[in-house]
Amino acid sequence: MDSTVANAGTDEKTWGGGNQPLKASYGKMMMWFFIVSDALTFSGFLAAYGFSRFKFIKEWPIADEVFTHVPFLHGQELPMIYVAFMTFILIMSSVTMVLAVDAGHHMNKAKVTLYMFLTIIGGAIFVGSQAWEWATFIQGDYGAVQTKGGNILQFGENVTVDGKEKFKRISIDEFAIHHTTERAEHDRSSGLWFVTEASLPPYTVGEIYDGLAANENILVRTQIINENGEKTILSREESLKQIKENGKLVVKGANLHVNEYGTALFADFFFFITGFHGFHVFSGVVINIIIFFNVILGTYERRGSYEMVEKVGLYWHFVDLVWVFVFTFFYLV
Amino acid sequence: MAHEHKLEIFRGLWKFKSNTQKIWGVLAFLTLVTAVEVILGIYKPEGLMTPWMTPFEGGFFATLMNIIFSAFIYMKPLNLIFIILTIVKAYYITWDFMHMRDETKALRRMVVWTAVFLICYLIFILLQEGGYVFEVYNADDAIIKRDF
Repeated sequence: MDSTVANAGTDEKTWGGGNQPLKASYGKMMMWFFIVSDALTFSGFLAAYGFSRFKFIKEWPIADEVFTHVPFLHGQELPMIYVAFMTFILIMSSVTMVLAVDAGHHMNKAKVTLYMFLTIIGGAIFVGSQAWEWATFIQGDYGAVQTKGGNILQFGENVTVDGKEKFKRISIDEFAIHHTTERAEHDRSSGLWFVTEASLPPYTVGEIYDGLAANENILVRTQIINENGEKTILSREESLKQIKENGKLVVKGANLHVNEYGTALFADFFFFITGFHGFHVFSGVVINIIIFFNVILGTYERRGSYEMVEKVGLYWHFVDLVWVFVFTFFYLV
Repeated sequence: MAHEHKLEIFRGLWKFKSNTQKIWGVLAFLTLVTAVEVILGIYKPEGLMTPWMTPFEGGFFATLMNIIFSAFIYMKPLNLIFIILTIVKAYYITWDFMHMRDETKALRRMVVWTAVFLICYLIFILLQEGGYVFEVYNADDAIIKRDF
């Protein structure tokens, strides 16, 4: 530092320059201020999520019914388990990062290298898990029918499990009756070249209706939450009537336009906020890799200080901090 | 540069011999908090699913009390617990992993107070507005129809 700071020979005076009242280097302080502004960006997103949720408080999807999958355990409903695992991975990589910073303070190159490597691995596992979570969410599981008003109608039956009446979801694949008259998907080579069409839904509403009419046990569930905190289940007559009169589109999975789990805004915010966070994790991993190679090359050994590791460490911990809030507001509350 | 660390958490209740030990201690605590959150999230105890207090009825003072106790009146205790535990986790990540505990008071306040103030403001404005839009959509004489 001494070589870059101009010394006017006024060290004795308070305002003579060269003072560090915060006892933090310029780089570290700027990292803190960047973190403050980034924290405000994330708060803005999460508060906007809260806004939309308050707006549709009576019909917001219940997270426990949406995120129920765990890799390699097909068909089992295990809400929370996988995100809890992801949270733990991220906290763990935060720990290895802080251990790297600590080793840096002791100028222990071998340990910094090891801990930086473990941090990168943790970050990579997290981003991979995030991708898997997205893929599962996009693919969907049971399918639903969207009404003219944009509401979602789901299907299931009442079953008794351990003496308790429960609503068990049924996939549209299980009961839809296939008609032979299928409309071909429009494509530009065989129709208007300037018009495109997204891939057609797997079934038409008519096919779903026929399937519903043929299976006496199947009921429709709306997105309205009742006093018990559960989604409202319609009677048999009401179910048939809703699909016949209001059904407009068969939905499977989720994207930015439709979402089989409920209001489309839920999917929009999920993609946007976890995507923005995932992007932070990804860039964090990239920065960590750069620093990792600098450590191996001995850059900081020669510089005499591992403060750079500390600065990326701050960013990395911040990413973890944001995840703690995303976890609470998307999966718990 | 000397690296002095304050080696105690919980206001001195838990002391550590070295910084490395403190890190593992904080990890143990954060894991415990996350585990509690996950267990509560899976089992959802019946007693925590309805608010602890009912709104006060009456004039100005009732409204005032409703604002003061809003967290207990309008919120499920379970959600309140989740939010408090989240803030606890955030505190230990910032204070011990990001070493905020060892920074000067001025830097700490610059970062934390600014963020906390602005975030509270954002949350208040947006949630207030969201609740208002809900009222507009769901009032008895609402002209907006969505149940079709």
